[in-house]
Amino acid sequence: MLRDITVGQYYPGNSILHRLDPRTKLIGTFLFIIVIFMVKTSPQYLLLGLFVLLNVFLSKVPLRFIIRGLRSIVFILMFAFAINLFFTPGTPIFRLWRIRITHEGLRLAFTMMMRLVLLIMGTSLMTLTSSPIQLTDGIERLFSPLKRVGFPAHEVAMMMSIALRFIPTLLEETDKIMKAQMARGADFESGRLLQRARALVPLLVPLFIASFKRADDLANAMEARCYRGGRGRTRLHELRYSSRDFLAFLTLAFLTAGVYVLGII
Amino acid sequence: MIRLENVTFTYMDDDFPAVDDVTLHIEEGSFVVLIGHNGSGKSTLARLLNALLIPTHGDVWVDNMNTKEEDNIWEIRKKVGMVFQNPDNQLVSTVVEEEVAFGPENLGVEPEQIEERITKSLEQVGMSSYRKHPPHMLSGGQKQRIAIAGVLAMEPRMIVFDESTAMLDPQGRKEVLETIKALKKKDMTILLITHFMEEAVFADRVLVMDDGKIVMDGSPKEIFSRTEELHSYQMEFPEVIDLANTLRSAGMNLTTDILERDQLVTELCRLL
Repeated sequence: MLRDITVGQYYPGNSILHRLDPRTKLIGTFLFIIVIFMVKTSPQYLLLGLFVLLNVFLSKVPLRFIIRGLRSIVFILMFAFAINLFFTPGTPIFRLWRIRITHEGLRLAFTMMMRLVLLIMGTSLMTLTSSPIQLTDGIERLFSPLKRVGFPAHEVAMMMSIALRFIPTLLEETDKIMKAQMARGADFESGRLLQRARALVPLLVPLFIASFKRADDLANAMEARCYRGGRGRTRLHELRYSSRDFLAFLTLAFLTAGVYVLGII
Repeated sequence: MIRLENVTFTYMDDDFPAVDDVTLHIEEGSFVVLIGHNGSGKSTLARLLNALLIPTHGDVWVDNMNTKEEDNIWEIRKKVGMVFQNPDNQLVSTVVEEEVAFGPENLGVEPEQIEERITKSLEQVGMSSYRKHPPHMLSGGQKQRIAIAGVLAMEPRMIVFDESTAMLDPQGRKEVLETIKALKKKDMTILLITHFMEEAVFADRVLVMDDGKIVMDGSPKEIFSRTEELHSYQMEFPEVIDLANTLRSAGMNLTTDILERDQLVTELCRLL
């Protein structure tokens, strides 16, 4: 049952979005988020919506994968919608006892929901088209100028990638320990929340101890292979910007300009 | 290649040394097997060879470089590669080719050259077709072969296998041993640490360790004929040799140099 858990939500492919430099995607997503919060009018939303749909089309990721990302925030969406709908002051258009819906409220509720939907679609498009390794590489390179002021960019990226590497190993181990405990009569599935939490203790303790052993072994193995931090290290796949990335930035620039112009009119 | 001079190592909280006054010389291109029961100090000895541990007393020399000198450490580790016991705990990356690249990356090798080294080392361990696979989906034996490829990509002169077959199933052990034998043919210096005595059969030289000391040292034939002594160091005999010894003591006229099954079969056929 634990095997079903996947890390990240990478959808392997070879589309133009997949081949973009992860740095471009990280910066691009960041810009996109800023733009979303600048948007106020419906034509602007229309433009952004079209932009997201275009990217979805380009990524060749099936739409249901992106919709799936939205499912997890349905509750937040509904909540934000309701709050804005019922509690915005302005010209009332509907009134029933103490509940009243205003023109402004309706508008705000819709724009807020659009904003969240676009936000989630845009960001999940990034994680769907970049593997976790690409993302950690991108983060390392983006933050490496900060090394000068003491930010451990390489170490942080190394930690992230080792964590990713060991997730399947630890899941497997958890499964094994659970079965071993169940064979001796442990019960992980029934009882109240507190009881179930308590049942996890005999699972977590061996897992924790084993992790320390693994960390020690891995440190030895890395040192034996001459690992000594990021200094003087080369990379097999050096990240390089290409014309694709230039094109992506250009598109984003046009999008921002478009949103700005539509805002003035 | 490697010289140990009166090497003693004591772990910090221990009263007794794990390696006790060992003097040893391992020659270039030789295939040495080190056997001994659990806690005899084998793994500690291995870690002294590539400066993962520094001797408490005495000196370890790798190509005339002392492991005590801080400046030599990386050069030594480049020369003496090491494959560990647990296949899961020594793999760093989520893709096979990145795993093999890890060592050369640390050495600052140029990307195009790393590419070549990956191709070459994966070929040597017979895992070329798994280049883009995630290592955690592979079998234990395959993972160990990837670990070997990772060491080979650093182009070492010697590889130390620290019980690298201990956690594998029989199939995995066979795969790894075949890989090691292929490396031997290419003149790699090999130190294989194990508690499976049958793995010692292929060696040029067998060392037996007990209580931190090297207690026996000789060719496989020589070592395996010293039955009583081996038993006193709690070593289990390989089945074939055990059978040959039993037959001999039952009065059969077998030659003393039987190490492998085929030899025993030929010998028995001769007697019939």
